Amino acid sequence: MLSSLLKSREAVLAFAILVLVALIALRFPAFVAPSNLAAVFTDTSPLIILALGQMAVILTKCIDLSVAANLALCGMVAAMLNGMGVPLPAILLAVIVLGAALGAVNGLLVWTLNIPSIVVTLGTMTIFRGIIFLLTDGKWINAHQMSAGFKAFPRAAFLGLPVMAWIALAVVGCFALFIARTPLGRALFAVGGNPHAAVYTGIHIGKTQFAAFVISGALAGLTGYLWVARYAVAYVDIAGGFELDVVAACVIGGIAIAGGAGSVAGAVMGALFLGIIKNALPVVGISPFWQLAISGSTILIAIAVNARSQGKKGRIILKQAEHRA
Amino acid sequence: MSILKKALTTAALSVAMMAGTAQAEPMRIALVVKALGIGFFEAANKGAEEAAKELGDVEIIYTGPTDTTAEGQIEVINSLIAQKVDAIAVSANDTDALVPTLKKAMERGITVISWDSGVAKDGRLMHLNPSSSALIGNTIVKLAADHLPEGGDVAILSATTTSTNQNTWIEEAKKVLPNYPGINIVATVYGDDLADKSYRETQGLLQTYPNLKAIIAPTSVGIVAAAQAVEDAGKVGSVNVTGLGLPSEMAGHVKSGASQSFAIWNPIDLGYSATMIAYHLAKGDAKAEPGAEISMGRMGNVKLDDNNEGAMADPFTYDASNIDQFSSIF
Repeated sequence: MLSSLLKSREAVLAFAILVLVALIALRFPAFVAPSNLAAVFTDTSPLIILALGQMAVILTKCIDLSVAANLALCGMVAAMLNGMGVPLPAILLAVIVLGAALGAVNGLLVWTLNIPSIVVTLGTMTIFRGIIFLLTDGKWINAHQMSAGFKAFPRAAFLGLPVMAWIALAVVGCFALFIARTPLGRALFAVGGNPHAAVYTGIHIGKTQFAAFVISGALAGLTGYLWVARYAVAYVDIAGGFELDVVAACVIGGIAIAGGAGSVAGAVMGALFLGIIKNALPVVGISPFWQLAISGSTILIAIAVNARSQGKKGRIILKQAEHRA
Repeated sequence: MSILKKALTTAALSVAMMAGTAQAEPMRIALVVKALGIGFFEAANKGAEEAAKELGDVEIIYTGPTDTTAEGQIEVINSLIAQKVDAIAVSANDTDALVPTLKKAMERGITVISWDSGVAKDGRLMHLNPSSSALIGNTIVKLAADHLPEGGDVAILSATTTSTNQNTWIEEAKKVLPNYPGINIVATVYGDDLADKSYRETQGLLQTYPNLKAIIAPTSVGIVAAAQAVEDAGKVGSVNVTGLGLPSEMAGHVKSGASQSFAIWNPIDLGYSATMIAYHLAKGDAKAEPGAEISMGRMGNVKLDDNNEGAMADPFTYDASNIDQFSSIF
C-alpha cells in the first residue's frame, strides 16, 4: 500500500510540496496563514492555466514556446479594446478567440508543414512580440488608461477567493474532464504515447496536435487578460521568459517531454511547486544573488525525484516466461 | 509625399532665411531630436522656445528625423550645415555615427553640443546630462524622506542585480543616507524589471517588514509594479512608493495615493538648458573646457568635467499637483 503510494508521482510531488511549505514556515511562519496561501494560489493561477495548455501540447510530443508571447499580445489587445470602450465580456471572448487563432497558426504550421514545433513556436514567439510592437510603437498602456472594471474583475473577491483563482479552478476542472472524458482528450495521450498505434485506431496525428495548440493558445489568451488586469500595465515585454516557467511546471509535474504521459494533477502541482518557491524566496530572507541558483536547483531536484519515482520497469508480456526465468 | 514635404520645408526655410537676413539676424539654434513626434522632445522644444523668448535674439529650429535612426539625423544635420545655422544641440541616436558629420559642422564654425543622449567627445563641444548619479542617488532618498518627517523603514526595489545604472544610484543613495536621520534602509530586493517579479518582491517586502513606510524603486517597471502591489494590499497611505518613473506610467498610481511623488528629468528644463548653453557658447561669452561653468539661465550653472560633460540638475519631482500636465507629454 505504502510502496504503491510512493510510486505515484503525484503523491511524491504532493509530499515534496508539503515539505517545501514546512521548510518555508520554519523561517517565515506567516507564509502558511490561510490568507497567504490563498494569495500564493492566486499568484500562481496564470502559471496553472498555462501549464494545463502546455500539457495538452506536450502530451502530443510537441512544445509551445510561444505561450508567453501569445499572452502578452492578447493582454495588449485586451487593454486596447478596453481603451476603445468595449465591454468586459466581449473583451474576454475576443482574447480567447484571438489566443486560439494564434495557437491555430502554430498548429497549422506543425500539422501541414510538419515543421518541428520547437522551431515553429520559437518563430511565432518573436513574431507575436513583434506584432505588439507594431500595434503600440513600443508604448505602454498604463493603469490610468484602463477602466476600473477592467482592473477590478480578476481581484474581485468571491467566497473568499479572488475571481482569478476561481477562473484557474474552473479551468482545472474543465480540463480534467476534457482530458479524461472526451475522445480528443484521450487522443492527446494516444498521439504522444504511440503515434503508429494512434494512426491505426483512426486518430489523425496532425489534427490532434493542431487541437492541442489551439487549446494552449486559447488559455494563453485568457491569461493575457488576467495578467494585464492584475498588474495594471501592458507593454511589449510583459511575461518575458514566462514560457520557460510554464514548461518547467509541466516537467516538474511529471508530464513526459517525450509525450503520452502525464496527469492534470501533476501539471497543477508542478505549477504550484514553482509558484510557492517564487512567492517564498522574497520572504525567507535569502540573498537575491542566491535566489536564481536556489530556484534552479529545486527544479532539478524535483525533476530528479520525479524521474526516479516514475522509472518504469520492463513490462511483462508473457507471465509464463517470467515464471520460467 | 515625403519629397513634397521636404521641398515645402526647404522652401519655407529659405523664405525664413531671407526674412532673417533682412532683419537683425537672430541667432539660429537648431534643436535636433531623436525623432519627431515624441512627447518628451516636444516638451524639450517648449523649453527651448522659453529660452529663446528670454534671450530675445534667438530663433529655434526644432527638427529631427521621422524615425530614431542615426542616418536620419545625419541627413538633418547636413541640411542644417547647408543652412549655416549658428548652433546645433543634438540628442543623438548613436554615440559614434554622428561624429564625422558634427565635426564637419564644427569646422564650418557651428557650435555643436549634445544633450540627453550624448555623442562621443570628438563630435561636440560639451554634453549636457539631465542629471548625475550622485544627484539621482540623493533625490531618491530625499523623495522618501520628504514624506517621513519622523523617519522610518525604507526598502529599495531595484531592477536586476547586474543593472549598472541602478546599482550606481543605490550606492550613491546609501552614501547620502547619514544626511537623512531616521531613514533606515532595511532591504534591497530585485524585481528584474519584470512586472510580475517586482510585484511579488513588493508583496514579500510588505510581509517581511510590517513597519515599512516607503519603497524606493529607481526603475520604471519596478515603481509601477510596486505601486500596484501596495494598492492591492490595501496599504495606500501607510506605504509610499517612490523612485524614478515616467509621468504617463505613474499618473494612475499618483491619483490612487500609492505614490506621493516620484522623479525623473524634466524635458522642458532640459531643452531650456541646452538652448541656453548653445547660445552662450555660440556667442563666445563662455568656453567649453574642463572645469568651465556655463550659465543655464533659471537653471543655474553647469560645471564641466574632464570629458566636457555636465549635469543639469536634480531629477524633477512629480506629484499630484503637476502629474496631469506632464502625463500627456511623456
